[in-house]
Amino acid sequence: MSVEPEQVVDVNIIINGTECATSVPSRMLLSDFIRHEAGLTGTHVGCEHGVCGCCTVMIDGVSARSCLAFAVQCDGSEIRTVEGLAAVDDTLNPLQQAFHECHALQCGFCTPGFLMAITEFLDRNQRADFSETEVREAISGNLCRCTGYTSIVDAVLLAAKRMYGKED
Amino acid sequence: MATRTFGESVLRNEDERLLRGRGMYVDDIEATDAYHAGFVRSPFAAARITSIDVSAARELPGVHLVWTCDDLGRFDIELPLLIPHPALTHPKTQRPLARDRVYYVGQAVAFIVADSRYIAEDAAELVEIEYEPLDVVVDYRTSADEGTSLVHDDVPSNTACHFVQSCGDTEKAFAEADRIVKYEFEITRSAGHPMETRGCLAEWHERRGELTLWNSTQASIPLRGGLASLFGLAEDKVRVVAPDTGGGFGTKVYFFYPDEVLVPLAAMTLNRPVKFIEDRSEHFVASNQERAQTHEIELAIKEDGTVLGLRDTFIHDTGAFIPYGIAVAQVASCSIAGPYRIPNIEVEFKAVYTNTTTVSPYRGCGRPQACFTIERALDKVADELGIDKAEIRRRNFIQPDEFPYNRPGLVFADGLPVTLDSGSYEAALDIVLREIDYANFAQRQEEARTEGRYLGIGIACYVEGTGLGPYEGAHVQVHGTTGRVLVATGLTSQGQGHQTVFAQIAADQLGIDPSMVDVVTGDTDAMQWGVATFASRAAVVSGSAVHKAAKAVRTQAFEFAANMLECAPGDLEAEDGRIFVKGSPDRSVALKTVATASNPLRYAFDEDAAVATQFASVYGDVQGPPLPEGKAPGLESWEYYSPPHATWASGVHAAIVEVDLKTLQVRYQRYVCAHDCGAVINPMIVEGQVCGGIAQGVGGALYERLDYDESGQLRNASFMDFLIPYATEVPRVELHHLETPSPLNELGIKGVGEAGTIPVAALTASAVTDALKPFGIEIDHAPIFPSELYALLREAGAIT
Repeated sequence: MSVEPEQVVDVNIIINGTECATSVPSRMLLSDFIRHEAGLTGTHVGCEHGVCGCCTVMIDGVSARSCLAFAVQCDGSEIRTVEGLAAVDDTLNPLQQAFHECHALQCGFCTPGFLMAITEFLDRNQRADFSETEVREAISGNLCRCTGYTSIVDAVLLAAKRMYGKED
Repeated sequence: MATRTFGESVLRNEDERLLRGRGMYVDDIEATDAYHAGFVRSPFAAARITSIDVSAARELPGVHLVWTCDDLGRFDIELPLLIPHPALTHPKTQRPLARDRVYYVGQAVAFIVADSRYIAEDAAELVEIEYEPLDVVVDYRTSADEGTSLVHDDVPSNTACHFVQSCGDTEKAFAEADRIVKYEFEITRSAGHPMETRGCLAEWHERRGELTLWNSTQASIPLRGGLASLFGLAEDKVRVVAPDTGGGFGTKVYFFYPDEVLVPLAAMTLNRPVKFIEDRSEHFVASNQERAQTHEIELAIKEDGTVLGLRDTFIHDTGAFIPYGIAVAQVASCSIAGPYRIPNIEVEFKAVYTNTTTVSPYRGCGRPQACFTIERALDKVADELGIDKAEIRRRNFIQPDEFPYNRPGLVFADGLPVTLDSGSYEAALDIVLREIDYANFAQRQEEARTEGRYLGIGIACYVEGTGLGPYEGAHVQVHGTTGRVLVATGLTSQGQGHQTVFAQIAADQLGIDPSMVDVVTGDTDAMQWGVATFASRAAVVSGSAVHKAAKAVRTQAFEFAANMLECAPGDLEAEDGRIFVKGSPDRSVALKTVATASNPLRYAFDEDAAVATQFASVYGDVQGPPLPEGKAPGLESWEYYSPPHATWASGVHAAIVEVDLKTLQVRYQRYVCAHDCGAVINPMIVEGQVCGGIAQGVGGALYERLDYDESGQLRNASFMDFLIPYATEVPRVELHHLETPSPLNELGIKGVGEAGTIPVAALTASAVTDALKPFGIEIDHAPIFPSELYALLREAGAIT
């Protein structure tokens, strides 16, 4: 099926467990859908060409650049964004808490993208003992212009220890 | 004094909302029924506009206006020259929309407002513009040469400014020298590229005649003044708010970018909110850039390595326009002697036009270029004289007993002569040399070479003029209902932790936790007096103002509490939100109760008000008028701090690099830094600033070059090809703090925002040169790419 760019299409996209059913132009980017249709502005747009990682979300359990997807491609998909990370009672999750304690954010613009990418990384590699090199590789798809990255590396190492470290 | 948080790594107040994705950046602000703007930008670097046809664009459904310069009426002007200077004899600024000529790729030619950005871009494609290409000037090094085409018809030799300043007697110094050396260095063009591009949202309330501009800007207050002037509005009818801002790095301090005029104008014209969010592709060509300079430096030296005199001539590329004046070049020329005595200095520069994007400050603002020049020069002098490169620096450092050290004749960006107020340069060098095990490096290097590995060590020292005036203000107010404290200051925040460090300063005075302090920055409604965030000045200038205001509130609070508790103010202490009699903690009153009581009340509208009315009057005289003459209600203060002149921070960085001869990659094995920004308010935040700056420095040393071709096209206008370092490129920094307090302000602080960026290119070039010493390769420019190393090594016969 092919549609014109401004042709309006019905979509139902589930974001952080909530259905968002609406009609959008076929060319609307997923990032714009998340931010302006669903009103979840935690996902940020840094480059719109898939390099900086600010727009990283999970689409059906896999991290992806929301600036490189169309909303219509995600009809029926489950999207997870930064707004879905904190606990139901709004407590910061261990990764967010580690970011806070390690000063792993300054302006905060790249932060949601990092949180989503790292959430996937930790979920797939449930270990307490990553090396610094492994962590740097894992976050090498996200740009930060403020922190110089080391504090982010420290936050990941700390979160991993807390989440997957053996209890004493 | 009770528990102080000054000097503590207090966790940030900003984080809670940012980590939850609840930041409020300008594009996050939804305005009901806002329209969206876009631009048509010149695809040519130099051309005459022979025709523009917007009719098709105007007819596109969903388009509300399409403007060219002809539609702007009295707004079709050359935008203000923000910082004039007598030496800036040929200033040129651009119009909001180009008239007749375009001068760089990306220059705004037409402006569109539509229902959505998508439709605005559709309309942009329908605008038909005919251009007649003209000669393009891209190489700034030859821009002023005879025979080069003119960027602007009325600017001979493309020279905007020719500026000479000097200190001491260079003629005498050069005559007395044992040796005179001359070197040339070049830094090429780069840009700040904050992760959030620029953007603004204008709301116009027609009946009240009020304009609100939400803007990702570093300069809310001056922008407000500029807009009021431009639109003929009283200043109190214009509000500029910088909401959460995703990085600035200087790019966002400049105004007016065309959208900053056109978006408000469109909002007024259409009577609807209008939003413009720059995309990254636009940012590459339409947001300001910096760094390009070529220096020719001569040093008059003695055989022992002492530098008697310095002559530096440089060409500064200002791009197509110079609306920010000569700040970048001026700062470079004031920083050229670094932390060294060098009593005789002559610096001359030409700021020249090219058909490229306008240049205005990017973090460092000329200091990285100056540092590269003097540091690489000292490396070479050391080499020539057979003196160790750390030793030669030691021999030239200004010593602690020589402060304040003046360079009369060198005028800094604040219009005042360069006066280095304090520093411990040698102590910093000692720390770095010890930590990086400098003494044993030569041996390690030798061993590595036998294994076919090339290690090198580089050192660079810098000074950073910070904390410039004119001034900043602070409003501190204790709220009776919540006990929370408001701190408002006029400058802006882009992630450097102002909501935490200013909270710490106020909290320390008032005996509360910093989490009880709400800091508001960059909102002209909250504080309309002040300047902006740039030149590493916020902690010094706003921090000092916050300190003064918080102290005044403390004094007031203690006076009131003393009357309420019937004791003397000197008997009191403040901690945990209560003011109590020293030694008798049960004789106390909550700070918030004092705040409530400070407003003479008739009605006990809540518990605190009821309690407050039971105490004796805060003014201690129940017979007199409830609000005595000369007193104001409330527990608040407005104070201002104006520095006598800039305060100079400093530091030494060193790194060991390895150059892989197969891939020509340069990797940092160790990176050590000793920095001195005076008294440290929050070490964690300071480290963040230094490390973040170093990352940008690494970009400038090895990766970031904006690559213009001969026709003025930016070849690498995307993150695919303009390489900003990722986590895999930036080393872990071993950071050591020194604290040489500034004598210029009560807190003893100096700025640190730009520190990290300054010496990285210099020390990297130094280390790579050291690594490739067996091949006799000298790195005299930044950034240095693998392809360039390859060419140099081939030339040297090191690889085939």
